[in-house]
Amino acid sequence: MFSEGFTAGAYLIAAILFIRGLKKLQSPVTARRGNRLAAIGMLLAIVATLFSQQILTPAEMIGGLAVGGLLGAVMAKRVQMTGMPELVAAFNGFGGLASALVAGAEIARIVEQGGGFGDPRGHTGAYLSILVGMVTFSGSFIAFMKLSGKMTGNPIQFTGRYIVLATCSAAAVGSIVWIFLGGDMVSLIIILAGLSLVLGVLLVIPIGGADMPVIVAFLNALSGLAAAATGFVLSNTVLIISGALVGASGIMLTRVMCVAMNRRLRHVLVGGFGGDSDDAGDDAKQLEDGRTITSTSPDDTAILLSYARKVIIVPGYGLAVAQAQHQVRELADVLQEHGVEVKYAIHPVAGRMPGHMNVLLAEANVPYDSLFEMDDINHEFESTDVALVVGANDVVNPAARHDQTSPIYGMPILNVDQAKTVIFLKRSMRPGYSGVQNLLFFEPNTRMLFGDAKDSVTELVTEVKAV
Amino acid sequence: MLPYTTFFVLSMFIGREVLSKVPQTLHTPLMSGSNAISGITIIGALVSAGMVGGVWAKWIGVIALIAATINVVGGFMVTDRMLEMFKKKPQNV
Repeated sequence: MFSEGFTAGAYLIAAILFIRGLKKLQSPVTARRGNRLAAIGMLLAIVATLFSQQILTPAEMIGGLAVGGLLGAVMAKRVQMTGMPELVAAFNGFGGLASALVAGAEIARIVEQGGGFGDPRGHTGAYLSILVGMVTFSGSFIAFMKLSGKMTGNPIQFTGRYIVLATCSAAAVGSIVWIFLGGDMVSLIIILAGLSLVLGVLLVIPIGGADMPVIVAFLNALSGLAAAATGFVLSNTVLIISGALVGASGIMLTRVMCVAMNRRLRHVLVGGFGGDSDDAGDDAKQLEDGRTITSTSPDDTAILLSYARKVIIVPGYGLAVAQAQHQVRELADVLQEHGVEVKYAIHPVAGRMPGHMNVLLAEANVPYDSLFEMDDINHEFESTDVALVVGANDVVNPAARHDQTSPIYGMPILNVDQAKTVIFLKRSMRPGYSGVQNLLFFEPNTRMLFGDAKDSVTELVTEVKAV
Repeated sequence: MLPYTTFFVLSMFIGREVLSKVPQTLHTPLMSGSNAISGITIIGALVSAGMVGGVWAKWIGVIALIAATINVVGGFMVTDRMLEMFKKKPQNV
C-alpha cells in the first residue's frame, strides 16, 4: 500500500521517539511524557508495518493484537505496586518468548516455502535469537515464580548443577555448530530451543532473594538483546536499534546493582546467596554468646521520634513484605507536623528489583524529593537523631566496612550507625539474606522494636499523635 | 551484516550515554519502560502472523504476536501507572 521508503521513515521516527523518550526518564518531571513518547513511537511502527505488508489474512493479526493487548492491559491495571517485581519479570519473559518465536516463524517460513536454506551460517541471528529469547523466557518465568512466592525464594542448589549446566551449554553450542556443518535445521532448532529453556531455568533457580535485583536487570538486558538478534534475522534496523537500547539499559542496571552489592555478575550467577530474609528463623541460636540487645516499645520510640530534630527512614525488603509503605508515610506526616525533619535513605539494592523502594513509597504519595540515594545522604547520618530502619538489615550492617571474613565485606552501606539512635523494626533476630548477624543490633545506641512492620508503624503513628 | 552490526554497536553506545543519567528513583520505570520498547519485536510478529501460506510460520507468528502485544501494551501501561505516582513535594507546605 505504501512504499518501502515510507515504512523506513516511520521506523526511523519510531527509533528517534524511543531515544527521546528514554532520555526524558532522566527526571521524574518529564518521565511520564517520555514513556508516552516511546509508546507513540511503538504505535507508529506497528501502524506502518500493518500498512506496508500485504495484509491478506488480517484476522490473525487483529486477533493476536486484540488478545495480547487485552491480556497486557488487564495485567497492568490489576497489579498491586507490591507485585511489581514479578510483573516486570513476567513482561520480560513475554518479550523474550516473542523474539524467539519470530525467529522460529522465519525459519518455518523458509522450510514451508521449500526453497532451502542456502548457507546455514546466514541464519546465525535466528539461532542466537532463539537461544537468548528462550533463556529469557524460562529464566523470567522462574524469577516470576520466586518473586510472587509461588516458589521458594531461597536458592535451590543441587549437586551436579554445574555439570548439568555445562553439558546443556555445550549441547546448545554444539547444536548450532551441527547446523553449520549441515545437520537437519528443523530438528536441531527444536533441540536448541529446548536446551535454551532448560538453561534459563538452571540459571535462575539457584539465585537467592538478595540477588534478585541483579538477575531481574540481567533478564531485562537479555530481552533487549533477543529483540536485537531478531532484528538481524529480519534485516530490520528498528528492531536492532531498539533491542540494543534496551540491552544497554539492562546491562547498565545490572552493573549498578552489582556495584551496589560489591559483587561480580559471575558470582551472582553462581547463586546460593541469601534466601527470603523475612522467613521465621532460629532466634535463640544467634544470642547464645551472651551479647545483649535492647528492645523497646512503641510508646518509648514515639517519644524519641517526636522530640528528634531529624529522622532518617531506611526502608528495606521487609517494608515491601509487610506492605507498610502507607503507614510509614503517615508516620512521616505526623512527625513533620511535630516539626521533625524526615528524610528517606534508599540503598540501591533494597528490595527485589532496581528502584523497588522508590516505587512503593511513590505509591504511598511520598514525594520523590524526600528520597535520597546512598551517596547523597550518607554524610547526614552524623547529624541525625534517629535512624528508623524498617525491614532492612544487610544494607546497614557495619560488618561490610571492616569485617573481611564477612560475605558482605566491601558492600557499600548506609551509615545508620553514625546516627545518635538507631531503631530497627524487625520481626525477629534472624540475620539478613547474607546469613551474617548484624553487630549493630548489640550496640548501646540501638533499639529493637520487634513485630510486624505494618503493626509497629501503625502503633507508632497513634503514639506520636498522643505525644 | 556489517552495517547492521554498526547500527547495533552505535545504539548500545547511545543507550549507555542516555541512560547512565537516569536516577535511581526511576530505575523500576526504566526497566519496565525499556522492556516495553523491547516488544518492538511485535513488528516481526505482525509480518509472520499476517503471512499467507505456511501454516506453521503463521501460527508461531500469532503466538509471538500475542506475547509481544502483552509485552508492549502491558509494559507501557504499567510504566505510565507507576510514573503517575511520582510526585514532587507540594510547594506551599
